[in-house]
Amino acid sequence: MSEQKRTVAIHVPVLARVEGEGALDLRIENGNISQLRLRIFEPPRFFEKFLEGRHYSEIPDMVARICGICPVAYQVTAAQALEKLFGVELSPWARAMRRVFYCGEWIQSHSLHIHLLAAPDFFGCGNAIELARIAPDEVRRGLRIQALGNELMDLFGARSVHPVGVRIGGFHSAPALSRIRDMRDKLRAALPEAEALVRWAASIPMPPDDQAFVSVAMRHPVDYAIETGAIAASDGLLIEADAYDAHFAEQHEPHSTALFSTYHQQPYLVGPLARLNLNHDRLPAHIQTLLAETGFTLPSRNLFHSLLARAVEILLALREAARLLDDYTLPDSPWAPVTPRAGVATGCTEAPRGLLWHRYEMDEAGRVINARIVPPTSQNQGRIEQDLRLSLLNFGLDHPDDALRLHCEKVIRNYDPCISCATHFLRLNVERS
Amino acid sequence: MNESTSKPRVAVHKFSSCDGCQLALLNLGEDLLTLAERVELVHFAEAGPLNPDTEVDVAFVEGSVSTPEDLERIQHIRAHSRMLIAIGACATSGGIQGLRNNADGAQWIAQIYSHPEAITSLQHSTPIASHVKVDFELWGCPVNSRQMLAVVNALLLGVAPRDNADKVCTECKRHGYPCVMVTRGIPCMGPVTRAGCGALCPGLGRDCYGCYGPAENANTDALAAQFAHLGLMPETIVQRFQSINSQAPVFLAAANKARMSRDE
Repeated sequence: MSEQKRTVAIHVPVLARVEGEGALDLRIENGNISQLRLRIFEPPRFFEKFLEGRHYSEIPDMVARICGICPVAYQVTAAQALEKLFGVELSPWARAMRRVFYCGEWIQSHSLHIHLLAAPDFFGCGNAIELARIAPDEVRRGLRIQALGNELMDLFGARSVHPVGVRIGGFHSAPALSRIRDMRDKLRAALPEAEALVRWAASIPMPPDDQAFVSVAMRHPVDYAIETGAIAASDGLLIEADAYDAHFAEQHEPHSTALFSTYHQQPYLVGPLARLNLNHDRLPAHIQTLLAETGFTLPSRNLFHSLLARAVEILLALREAARLLDDYTLPDSPWAPVTPRAGVATGCTEAPRGLLWHRYEMDEAGRVINARIVPPTSQNQGRIEQDLRLSLLNFGLDHPDDALRLHCEKVIRNYDPCISCATHFLRLNVERS
Repeated sequence: MNESTSKPRVAVHKFSSCDGCQLALLNLGEDLLTLAERVELVHFAEAGPLNPDTEVDVAFVEGSVSTPEDLERIQHIRAHSRMLIAIGACATSGGIQGLRNNADGAQWIAQIYSHPEAITSLQHSTPIASHVKVDFELWGCPVNSRQMLAVVNALLLGVAPRDNADKVCTECKRHGYPCVMVTRGIPCMGPVTRAGCGALCPGLGRDCYGCYGPAENANTDALAAQFAHLGLMPETIVQRFQSINSQAPVFLAAANKARMSRDE
């Protein structure tokens, strides 16, 4: 045995089709995984530090820069946390339009992830351009849906990357009725396309997998939680945003620039599948019927259902946006006046990749004393490591290194890790002995 | 393979950034497939193709240089690229993370991470042109698809990309937007900020906050005086210039000047 011992080290410089930079160290000893570490080495950007001393009115424009793919999540979470602290009551118009705006980001981000990042794996393609050669209609449909999501963000934010429309108290401006009518028609026309997308996503053969994990997502008494709700877990927890610290903790592991989060000392799942697991009863009857037709049963313990979960949420977001724009009338004012107050502001929303939590301590002049931002990817990081370990054992460690790497990448992409948020590449180092 | 040899070979590289400028390509919708027919995307990690070491005609670089490893990587990219184009505020000015250049970085790391020794980060976040020759800079946070396609089309036609360093005010006037500073007393950065966005913020009735960086011949003294006239405290004037493009020399100088008047 001892003379058979060998060490194989594989160096894969880049994990493609994720947002951010990461690497994976895998050590296999005697047929067992002795070490598995997901390393995130996106350079630290220190957002929480340079928010200190900033006026509340600047926060939405600054936190947007944490992520180019989900800026709306950062803007809306910050705005709502501060509005709660300042005692600002949003008009029903502003509340509804925040949800519509947020739906645009879900549609854009999810469609980008499904078609450009995740789906090529399941068709043996290296990227979406290759996939477009064998599934041109599906890829083009996906890119059209993504473009519509961008257009919806643009409607309220003037652009979809780092939009400029949100202010504390509402929006800077209300879109004209003619533009809303035009958008409503496009959303309605996209519904059959999104239904076809759900059916297509359900038809893609996925590897079987069955894992036990806790799902964490926001839950709302009536609606499918996006921008409002309490924080719920699949073990029964239901808390408000300000009680987050009593149940969740962040710690820094030296191998990563992202902080790891735990729920009662355990890894947990956030994101589209966690949301569907907790909130499938909040889906409109029409979507529940469609899911029953496809045979997708919830809750699911197979993370490879994440792609389908995103497709379902695209359909939901398109319907929600269309519904909320039906009664659109121009508001008297798109924003409510704001008077700052000293104190602690906490808030959370469901970013495309999962729960996003913010905490700001503010002074009486409305300036930040300190800030804490817990993005979805750092919450998922522990779960990704746990999943990789279980999933690799299910897959079998005897596969060649290239097959192991591809499997790891598929697993990681299920989480759509936005590593720039967390603080793009997978460097896989496999050592076998 | 043969059909692709005549097409320009293009790479997209990422340094410290939010990924938002690459989205100017990934958000093209169906036009992305047309683009992929006209150029050969040989390296674009977020979209899939990986080939960081190959020779390319054009390298688009997003992000700022902020780690010791970045210093080597940007030299490598320069050596393998006929033309290097820096896209976005991070690559042209150091970006929003350049705000740390004014602070004690080591102390910040210690306040966020419990294992500060594991974090390798340079003291300063710097633009690409601080390290290598840059053939063209496209400013903006973020750059948009229209700007990116204009650059790609210029390259396909074999002409130099056009640089618009005029002010946001000129775009505002062309759109016929009422001036938010003159009509409502809102402290707008438009008079010193580079055009290219289409005056989005004044179009929504709010202030420009300078995300496209300094325009040519920006009269920051006059704007700082106007801000003071509108009642802004010196600290707030400093912060107006110290935001998305804090390390762009013109904005940095304006901020330092406002700081001096604050300390007097």
